[in-house]
Amino acid sequence: MRIKLRITFILNGLETDVDVAPDRRVVDVLREDIGLTGTKESCGAGDCGACTILVDGESRLACLMLAAQLQGRRITTIEGLTPEKSLHRLQRAFVENGGVQCGFCTPGMVLAAVDLLQKNPNPTRRQIREGLAGNLCRCTGYQHIVDSVESAAEEVRNKESL
Amino acid sequence: MKEQSPNADAISSDHSDCALPTTLSIGARVPRADAYDKVTGKTKFAADYYGENLIWAGVKRAGIAHARLNSVDASRAVKLPGVVGVLTHKDVGGTNRQGVVRRDQPVLVDDKVRHCGDAVALVLAETKEVLDKAIALVTFDIDLLPPVLNAENALKEGSPLVHEENPTGNVLLKGELTIGQGQVAEEQCDLILEASFKTQRQEHAYLETETGWARIDSDGKLKIVCSTQTPFRDRMEVAEALGIDLERVRIVAPYAGGAFGGKDGVTVQTLLGLAALNSEGRPVKMWWDREESFLAGTKRHPAHMYYRLGAKENGELHFLDVRLYLDTGPYDHLGGVVLTLALEHAGGPYRIPHAVLRGWCVYTNNPIGGAFRGFGVTQVTAAMEQMVDQLADRLSMDPLELRHKNAVRRGDKNCAGKTLVGSTGLVDCLEALSKHKLWKQRESWKASAGQFKRRGAGIASLMQASGYGPVVPDYANAKVELTREGNFRVYCGVVDMGQGNAATNLQIAGAILGQESDRIELVQPDTDLTLPSGSASASRCTFTFGNALIGATETLKDRILQRAADLLMAPYKDQVVLVPAGVRNLKTGQEISLSQIAGFLNESERVAIHHFRAPVATDDITSDQDLRLHGLPHTLFSYGVHLALVEVDELTGAVAVEKYVSITDCGKVINPQIYRQQIHGGIAQGLGYALYEDLEVDSGVIRTPNYATYLIPTAVDTPEIESIAVDLYEPTGPFGLKGVGEIAINGPLPAIANALADACTIRLGQSPFTAEKIHGALPKQRQE
Repeated sequence: MRIKLRITFILNGLETDVDVAPDRRVVDVLREDIGLTGTKESCGAGDCGACTILVDGESRLACLMLAAQLQGRRITTIEGLTPEKSLHRLQRAFVENGGVQCGFCTPGMVLAAVDLLQKNPNPTRRQIREGLAGNLCRCTGYQHIVDSVESAAEEVRNKESL
Repeated sequence: MKEQSPNADAISSDHSDCALPTTLSIGARVPRADAYDKVTGKTKFAADYYGENLIWAGVKRAGIAHARLNSVDASRAVKLPGVVGVLTHKDVGGTNRQGVVRRDQPVLVDDKVRHCGDAVALVLAETKEVLDKAIALVTFDIDLLPPVLNAENALKEGSPLVHEENPTGNVLLKGELTIGQGQVAEEQCDLILEASFKTQRQEHAYLETETGWARIDSDGKLKIVCSTQTPFRDRMEVAEALGIDLERVRIVAPYAGGAFGGKDGVTVQTLLGLAALNSEGRPVKMWWDREESFLAGTKRHPAHMYYRLGAKENGELHFLDVRLYLDTGPYDHLGGVVLTLALEHAGGPYRIPHAVLRGWCVYTNNPIGGAFRGFGVTQVTAAMEQMVDQLADRLSMDPLELRHKNAVRRGDKNCAGKTLVGSTGLVDCLEALSKHKLWKQRESWKASAGQFKRRGAGIASLMQASGYGPVVPDYANAKVELTREGNFRVYCGVVDMGQGNAATNLQIAGAILGQESDRIELVQPDTDLTLPSGSASASRCTFTFGNALIGATETLKDRILQRAADLLMAPYKDQVVLVPAGVRNLKTGQEISLSQIAGFLNESERVAIHHFRAPVATDDITSDQDLRLHGLPHTLFSYGVHLALVEVDELTGAVAVEKYVSITDCGKVINPQIYRQQIHGGIAQGLGYALYEDLEVDSGVIRTPNYATYLIPTAVDTPEIESIAVDLYEPTGPFGLKGVGEIAINGPLPAIANALADACTIRLGQSPFTAEKIHGALPKQRQE
């Protein structure tokens, strides 16, 4: 029997305890142990970004993190980005600007974009492309994703200038 | 897990209500209905099914290219705590064979290993960790056989055979077409150009790898939830291979996380079914990891293409001689169909009166060749469009003008001898490009290249057939329901793997029924709930299902209006109209709600179904029944022209695609946003194919087995794309539409090849055009 450890962290705003092997991958803890399947796995090796989550507000890859690294952290998955039945401005921008096709890269892409706009609220299209270069998408050719992020950033600028 | 609530990372003013009702009109840029749940992580893909008491199933892969299998030894694996069982071909009750056209692929190897990805044993375990260990403990005894590694060598006498029982040796399918006077016409040409081209294997590389979940339900049915393009065909293959009744199998196909042809046919389905039949009622999950997906999944066929193109002095194309060799790996999959479509498109969208077109689809022990967006057309377009540019160069003609001169128009015969009866918009595309500012200003753009940079412009004309051809019925059965609550439900049997047909279906139904998005929902493909409607492939999803859907929706609408007219005491049904949530009497203004009308209709009246079968070509092009069965000829084609502006770094050979324009005739556009998504996505995948994607195989072993070694485009690698639709009306299409799913992928390779020739006067015979290859080919003085 493998050793299990009690790990305590904030998950989508709520204090959460899990009893897991400390070397269990975070993507497995989220998807299998907790049932939050919005975090996707596509390569399991840190190449594609599909498993992107926010750790203390910054984007990280859940396939490269182990359960013990969750201890005391603040974790946001796609399910916790906004209250139920509402959309984050980036999520809305992805919907309206055609940033979503098959949808498998989408949760990771949105969270990577949240991190990007927190660090740089006024990115150029080039900076958006660079900021999302760690997240692969095979459907869209990226242009509608860049449009989505640009439009979400613009929306905030317009609000601020009011 | 406690209840979810907002948290600190979501800035409180940063969110708004979810989906608001949207007016659904044809031609409107309506946000995709599926996007809301995808963007919030709610969408449940096949990968997201788990459940209580789950068993993990995994496959022991052969790891060698060609061998006779003597025995499998699972004795050490079954002793491992947590292993539920190890199954071999002896546990398979049916034919143990799967395949789309020819059933030549074993579910579990029973005689020979024919490629490294072959499945030798199926392992069931309590956890993923135990599963991995147990798979490593399964061993097998084999006698190595000499592998068949090259398609052309495989045709030579004395070559080892992949399937000894195949009467045509290593030939899966040979196709030969003589058009017009054939070879005789060569002598009538003023000049003949000759060249050969090699294109590489391409990996689909969808984000969601092959996956599924299965269980024997309480009704005794084998239920398989899987990421697939073909739920109804899967049901048949699972039943046959495993030896169970068709009625006992249920396939459920949620939104797939990308497919591009790689899920056109069985991947996990038969293995999962076998696992569920041996799991004592427990649910079973299988999810190939990235390397297994690369190893066992299908690929775009590598092709070797020999071209001889003859023309008159004035640039009129006169004769074409083509030989194609496709490496299909060890199993048919859809290889023969791919070859046939390649032959049909070998001469591109041009009037070429005389041709000899020959092709061989060849069994080897390399990875399996199969369906991939473009489906053989991608390869021959790469070759033909480079031939056309070389001819333009030889004749000192403008490449666009040469294409315009020879472009097919409605009523012409294409190079395969098929008379084009549908909308034929290549000329419209070419004329639109000739007026485009990037085309008109290309010389000044090229001249402003910086130091050590060279710039070039390249174009390519495109054509892509849709549907299944003259023999295999291309049909769909749509079902629409008015629910008891007065909402609508569209039952669609064609999978949405990202292309957007699900949302388009709702848009079509909403437009006809006058309803907003909040009153219509979609039932996903499920062999128990939806009706057989063919595969999600061949640029036919919205064409074929859309036509069926219009029929079903109109029938239901008519029934609702008739009943409403009765209830509202209107003299005839033309006096009443559907409005959101109800029906209004135009004369009196009186309204009745849809839920009230639903109450006055019995269950069978609230449902309408409609069958549609796509029109087919009746042209008698070939007497070869096998080629006809494999799809020759098609009757409906989409067209396009692409322009790539590239900059080459003379010091490194690196290519940057600076600008990209796509002009497409895919009929009328139902949703401009989804149209652009399909074009952009195809171009990005085509750019990867042109520039760096290469599934390298050495002695049957994949040398680029994952995303770290097989590179696909990222956001920084793709240019800004301009996509224009010429928007012609196709009379047989739903609301005038034609297929748009595939055509765009055919453009980038030849457009970039032609741009490279324009920039540096180099022509690489083998793609992809990597910096190394370009650097090596650059004329020496430029490197000094």
